[in-house]
Amino acid sequence: MRLARLAPPLTLAVLLGPLAFGLAGTLLPAFGYLPELGGRHFTTLHFSALDAVPGIYRSACLSVLVGLVTTLVALGAVAAFVASDLGTPLFSRVRRMISPLLSVPHAAAAFGLAFLIAPSGMIMRLISPWPTGLDRPPDLLIVNDPMALSMMAGLIVKEIPFLFLVTLAALPQTRHPEIMRLGRSLGYGRVAAFLILLWPSLYRQIRLAVFAVVAYATSVVDVALILGPQLPPTLPVRLIEWMNDPQLETRFIASAGAVMQLGVTLVALIAWVGLERIGAALVAIVRDRGRRLRRDGVARAASRALMLSSALAVFGGIAMLALWSVSGLWQFPDALPSGFTFRSWMQALPRMSGPLLTTLTVATLSTLIALVLTILCLEREYETGRGRGRDALLLIYLPLIVPQISFMFGLQVLSIWLGVDASFPALVLAHLVFVLPYVFLSLSDPWRAHDRRHDLIAAGLGMSRARTLIRIRLPMLTRAILTAAAVGFSVSVGQYLPTVLIGAGRLTTVTTEAVALAAGGNRRVIGVYAFMQTLLPFLAFAIATGLPGLLFRNRRGLRV
Amino acid sequence: MNDQTNRAGLELDDVRIALGERELVRLSARVGRGKTLTVMGPSGSGKSTLLAYLGGFLDPVFVATGGASVDGVDLIALEAERRRAGILFQDPLLFPHLSVADNIAIAIPQDVRSRAERRAMADAALEDAGMRGFGDRDPDTLSGGQKARVALQRVLLSRPRLLLLDEPFSKLDADLREQTRQMVFSKAAEAGLPVLLVTHDEADARAAGGEVHKVGLA
Repeated sequence: MRLARLAPPLTLAVLLGPLAFGLAGTLLPAFGYLPELGGRHFTTLHFSALDAVPGIYRSACLSVLVGLVTTLVALGAVAAFVASDLGTPLFSRVRRMISPLLSVPHAAAAFGLAFLIAPSGMIMRLISPWPTGLDRPPDLLIVNDPMALSMMAGLIVKEIPFLFLVTLAALPQTRHPEIMRLGRSLGYGRVAAFLILLWPSLYRQIRLAVFAVVAYATSVVDVALILGPQLPPTLPVRLIEWMNDPQLETRFIASAGAVMQLGVTLVALIAWVGLERIGAALVAIVRDRGRRLRRDGVARAASRALMLSSALAVFGGIAMLALWSVSGLWQFPDALPSGFTFRSWMQALPRMSGPLLTTLTVATLSTLIALVLTILCLEREYETGRGRGRDALLLIYLPLIVPQISFMFGLQVLSIWLGVDASFPALVLAHLVFVLPYVFLSLSDPWRAHDRRHDLIAAGLGMSRARTLIRIRLPMLTRAILTAAAVGFSVSVGQYLPTVLIGAGRLTTVTTEAVALAAGGNRRVIGVYAFMQTLLPFLAFAIATGLPGLLFRNRRGLRV
Repeated sequence: MNDQTNRAGLELDDVRIALGERELVRLSARVGRGKTLTVMGPSGSGKSTLLAYLGGFLDPVFVATGGASVDGVDLIALEAERRRAGILFQDPLLFPHLSVADNIAIAIPQDVRSRAERRAMADAALEDAGMRGFGDRDPDTLSGGQKARVALQRVLLSRPRLLLLDEPFSKLDADLREQTRQMVFSKAAEAGLPVLLVTHDEADARAAGGEVHKVGLA
């Protein structure tokens, strides 16, 4: 297929083009070059100005800390849980429970968590007035706490499902049932057997995904706006504030800050590699002493508790969003509203229809483009037998590891310069940078696992590659393709930063509207928007799960 | 006329397949219409790479040279889908998303355009296999023997130039294996197809009756 030949270069251009141009568009203004705003000379003045901003280093350190703690706790919970329960009935139950959480947008999960843990949130209501004796919300800074603890919690509950699913995807490539049995027959406890025998090879496979979590958590904006500290906020939030400053000169300092963000994420990644070393050394010590660690009950119980409570936090949070969106009067400390009404929905819907349409169109278009490119790339890989290398994987992960804010800034500058800011195609393209990697990662494994002999038979029957693709391969992979589409769709729906920057406030989505409501604190309206934000990916996954069953209801060989 | 009969069937002209420095296969042979050449060897001996070379999907890590033609048509010069090299694997590999009849109909060359005619041909092939009325069934509900028969009818209806068999009987249980062997070889003879069989089972070679070439003995 000739078309397939174009796909790999085109895909690289889609992934790396915005990255390269975006970084350039950040670096040049950071060093003073932005002719439109009168910057014609290279200078380090803006970095000096950044250096003088009060609390800037505290913001930066906070970002590094959030990135490391989030990743450490989420990865630790996932690894400990897989170690302690791989192969048990509980494992498959948790797997079914956690998987759908991947589709919940970060912002919605963060709002949900806020509604649970805030001083006037559900948890406080449930324990008031008895046993706390409170009849008004306590004066505590739980959400937006200066240590960013609630922000970390919000990130952890969302990164656990991601890391769990990535680990599950890597598991089949290890011989885990045999290895675990072997380890335990040598007298090792479950956790020790897993840590010593299985984890090193497993971790190697998921390492890039872990890096992506570190990078994401150090540079996240929407969760930080909802749950993060305010005086001072984490670095990315301060960058967004400068970016939105009507005084255009602050763009220079914002760009310098975006370069600083690159450094912050890099520092976090280097620190993470250091933690990897320490972890490996600890495992080596345990291994070299022949410690069996058979009494691992506490670790196992803790990992289960963490997994279950993170799932509970997201599900409970979504329930809170739904409840608030239909609540009438709801006084503290009542556990339920005194009345239910659809007024919030009725008021919000007319205003929501525009953003909703933008959300759906951008998500659909970017997902379709990503699917076509991915399928053609994989088809090309099949034809040439190349392209599975580590380098190719790194290129796909690159847009997920370089902090979004650092190159989206530059892209915004570039889009203004080209006059395509707030244009629909530019927004689709900006989403595509993040949708494409996820679609590719989600489809490539099932695609490669497909039995090639079906294609050989088809060729022997005289069918061309294109016809084989359309008549044999795509139908047989319907389920995987629809799942990848649902993943892509939900990634697009959840995008906050690219939409805010490239949409320039004129193209808004359900997500940007929801996050914009955070400052206002109107729980009913937030409930409506954040619930809608959750609903869209959920529907996409429902279709992806249900449709193949319907299409192939008489085909036993395609059931899961 | 003499020239015609000389060139009828499959001709392998000094086919060599190598992996790096190691030569796996080296073979010159002529297989007449309806006749079978059996290539025997242990697993890993590279006997399946010979089929891949003839079928047009050899993994690029192998280096292959030499000519292969059927009735004077040079196979190697053609793309895989134009070689019309019908292939049967250990597994019947029916397409799971298509009905039994569609599995067969999809093999019929495109010059038969009418849908009804294609369906009629598929039904006739099913009847020929003793499976009348199975057309609308889900292929996954068939027995092992039935699947093997559908796979054979499918490949025969694609009007192949030759038949490549990659240990097609090894996964069947004993009595079914004998029956399927008979069916495959008699159908191939009936259609006048040269057959290249790759196997490690002596009984397959005996049933095939033709010449035997051994690879990978060193």
